[in-house]
Amino acid sequence: MKQIRTIEEINEKIRAGKVVVMTAEEVIGLVEEKGVNEAAAAVDVVTTGTFGPMCSSGVFLNLGHPQPRIKINEAYLNGVPAYAGIAAVDIYLGATALPPRDPANRNYPGEFVYGGAHVIEDLVAGKEIRLDASSYGTDCYPLKRIKTSFRLAEINEATLYNPRNAYQNYNVAVNLGQKNIYTYMGILKPNLGNANYSSAGQLSPLFNDPYLKTIGIGTRLFLGGGIGYVAWNGTQHNPSAERGSTGVPNYPAATLALVGDLKQMKPRWLRGLSYLGYGATLQVGVGIPIPILDEGMMSHCAIRDEEIMAPILDYQRAYPYRESGNLGLVSYADLKSGSITVSGKKVPTASLSSYAGAREIAETLKEWISGGDFELTSPAASLPAHDAGISLKPMPQRDPDGQEDQ
Amino acid sequence: MIKQKIVLRFPPHVVEQPTIYHLIKDYDLMVNILRADINPRKEGRLMMELSGSESNYQRALEWMKEQGLKIISLEQQIIWQQDRCTHCGACTVICPTGALCFTRPEMTVRFAEEKCVVCELCLRACPARAMETLVDSENSL
Ligand code: SF4
Ligand code: SF4
Repeated sequence: MKQIRTIEEINEKIRAGKVVVMTAEEVIGLVEEKGVNEAAAAVDVVTTGTFGPMCSSGVFLNLGHPQPRIKINEAYLNGVPAYAGIAAVDIYLGATALPPRDPANRNYPGEFVYGGAHVIEDLVAGKEIRLDASSYGTDCYPLKRIKTSFRLAEINEATLYNPRNAYQNYNVAVNLGQKNIYTYMGILKPNLGNANYSSAGQLSPLFNDPYLKTIGIGTRLFLGGGIGYVAWNGTQHNPSAERGSTGVPNYPAATLALVGDLKQMKPRWLRGLSYLGYGATLQVGVGIPIPILDEGMMSHCAIRDEEIMAPILDYQRAYPYRESGNLGLVSYADLKSGSITVSGKKVPTASLSSYAGAREIAETLKEWISGGDFELTSPAASLPAHDAGISLKPMPQRDPDGQEDQ
Repeated sequence: MIKQKIVLRFPPHVVEQPTIYHLIKDYDLMVNILRADINPRKEGRLMMELSGSESNYQRALEWMKEQGLKIISLEQQIIWQQDRCTHCGACTVICPTGALCFTRPEMTVRFAEEKCVVCELCLRACPARAMETLVDSENSL
């Protein structure tokens, strides 16, 4: 397809204050009215957004050395354990980590009021965080125990590194069983009591660049209210998932690993969540700019909720036990209308991802770019796409001693 | 005519008294009980809608206060902390009365206090913990 502009030309327009930016929601109307070609000629960049729970998130911290020095091998932040199996005062705090004393699901359904994600929100909010760290002590790192407190601004580095964010599509969860179930897709009432989904649909970043033509390693983006980058493909990246006629996948597909400096992020866009009966997780705001390099990109960005489908799955049996049982596909337009029909029954829908938040992120990114505060990057390398031959593998299960398949 | 939703909190020694009977018999009020429970400290809580004449309603309030009951406006029982709400919508399929509902096409969530029956299901269903209850509220009428 003929290229109509380059990233460098877009950046020159950003510097000159002449760039034309629209959100992925706004271009839908423009393309309907003017057609793809005219819209592609008029608009340089389309902004996207998503604001949903993303469990695979966390932060690397370097706490600096106390006097005497310590080689931390166990660390707790506000009582929540962080991973300390890296260098002396480096730790990684994961969003779903829970205090050892949390009753978890022993009081079913557990409340999970405070986990790693909540510590991250408190850190970003500038609150004082308690550190309790211990070590076995070495000649070079003699200190064995430290209790102290710190604020985000007082430590060397805090790097948000999220191994899997911005899922390209996701399941719609229902419950075919006889009693409430408590899942990462929220509370699911029995006998198809509700259907929960979790994607911004037409505003979601990877629905607007379904073949990963412009989003690659090094793409600069909105992350948690600040600036971040694509570090790698996300875990469970599955770009080979079956696609519909518009090119967007009908099932969970591509994912992104994102990285950014936590110190310039905002608590509004990194929110600690407590999923009843499931656990703690982080709601992450992500927005990605799509450069309209050719007309094809504009037609991708004009995708509407009516054209994006998601699979309905039973989370009482089919999902947890990996049994087959696809209950059909449903469009995001239907999901957002408030009810869908599953097996002949009208089922109310609810979202876990905030569409209002996604819209605000896309608007904010648009303002940053139009205001000259945010330039686009060319990817340093492409991500594995639909033609990379990737297929998702289950965990191997065999007798680790006998090497025999069970 | 007046129609009010209120919450009565009973100290342990009053729990056994036939309060509702008196409200109907002595004050000619219509009583619609929305919810009743007794907490581990043996304090009772009764949420109800009262309707009747203004003067009877006021006299009934006076009488209940004399009996040692704490009277709280139902509308102040459940608080929606708007700044904590992310407008995800997870609560909208849990709330049984539609007090928490989506506004379309804005896709924002709204809390219609007057529809709330203080079932408290939203408190733990909201992942962002944006719903709060004033369990030990001193907001007596
Ligand atoms: S579940 Fe909580 S955060 Fe989500 S819309 Fe309802 S009140 Fe707001
Ligand atoms: S307390 Fe019950 S009725 Fe009131 S808003 Fe919450 S879920 Fe709805």
